Amino acid sequence: MRREDVVEATVAVLAKAETSLPPWVMERIEEAAERETNPIARSQLEAMLENVRIASSEGVPLCQDTGLPVFCLEIGWDLSIPPFLEEAIAEGVRRATEEVPLRPNAVDPLTRKNSGDNTGPGMPDLIVDLVPGKSLRITAFPKGAGSENASFLAMLNPADDPLDFVAREVAKRSGRACAPVFVGVGIGGTFDLAPRLAKRALFRMPGTSDLETALLSEINRIGTGPMGLGGDSTALGVRIETALCHTASLPVAVNLQCWANRSASATVRDDGWSID
Amino acid sequence: MEHRLKTPIGEKEVSALRAGDLVWISGKVYTARDRVHALLASGEDIPVDLAGAVIYHCGPLIRDETILSAGPTTSGRVSRYTKDVVGRGVRLIVGKGGISEEAEALRGRAAYLAYPGGCGALAARHLLVKRLHLPELGMAEGLWELEAEGWGPMIVAIDPHGGDLYREASRCLMMDTKP
Repeated sequence: MRREDVVEATVAVLAKAETSLPPWVMERIEEAAERETNPIARSQLEAMLENVRIASSEGVPLCQDTGLPVFCLEIGWDLSIPPFLEEAIAEGVRRATEEVPLRPNAVDPLTRKNSGDNTGPGMPDLIVDLVPGKSLRITAFPKGAGSENASFLAMLNPADDPLDFVAREVAKRSGRACAPVFVGVGIGGTFDLAPRLAKRALFRMPGTSDLETALLSEINRIGTGPMGLGGDSTALGVRIETALCHTASLPVAVNLQCWANRSASATVRDDGWSID
Repeated sequence: MEHRLKTPIGEKEVSALRAGDLVWISGKVYTARDRVHALLASGEDIPVDLAGAVIYHCGPLIRDETILSAGPTTSGRVSRYTKDVVGRGVRLIVGKGGISEEAEALRGRAAYLAYPGGCGALAARHLLVKRLHLPELGMAEGLWELEAEGWGPMIVAIDPHGGDLYREASRCLMMDTKP
């Protein structure tokens, strides 16, 4: 595997993720706009769709918050992991920041000093999955602060109703999170496993079990609507991931994603790379 | 009702706004987010006159003096400064997510307008860069002076008379009941 291929694939997935939305995400927003009965809410959804069309045709980031660089790496078991992998992805982020361009968003949490290129300690954030095969799949999930700031973790009492809790908290926070939102829910595990499940649930959308459909309708029934201005479309998708938890615990984490559910993937092989 | 407003905004123009109305803005717009608000609240002089002004909760993406993407940022982070901002003469605050907890500070003096979050490419079509004040704060946090041309529609989300779409939308939550 060539270092330059990893760098180029990283630039390409960031450029695509920032300037367009996956077709299934567009479909969910279009369906919501058709169903919406509140005229103000409908105007918000229509503006969002028009915004994506402009961004795609002009090749500019659809949101000025180009996010923090979060990637999911699916690494084939039969691939020997190249020693330059992390560094090449960071190099791709720096190049994308210059070329797409991206807003420099990454700052030191204490001094608030901006690193200037979206890389530095802990960034990019690489989430690794081992999968069959001998290729590397890079998926960019640029994560904006609006929906990330509205995400939450709670260590509930086992007697509490986790789904009712999630529905009410999501409705309460969804205006700030740029609703209609996508809701990644992690239930169970430990203090840190629950948020990992929630993030994974966001990555793995779509998919909708009876439980997920019920939670989605409960969130939408509350009626806080697009941008919190009221309406039928507060959430566009829910995915729940669970893990066993201690008999005395009930950890619940929700990772929210704004309507601009950005992602794009590329596959890197020994002999080159291609966008998925 | 629809309102096409030009800066500076007068008291009568603001007073005519009602929650749910649509607004288009032309003229000067100043971006302000966490760092600029903190300066304002500390009583520091800032290099612009805010009488009748429109401030926009936004950290734009700008390249070579061209706005590429400039949607709103979450207003809740700076809502605590609403009194300071309105005290300096600001008539319209544009953002997303609302400032319901500080809505009283707007009463009789100013209104809060919602622009759809994430719609940075759309907003960029109606905004030009005039200059950057406080460049030491960086691209996102600096105070950009922008020129707007028919920028909208925005929704009057909180009017100067107590009307508040966010409060209405969350009534069901406050009642704390399931059907």
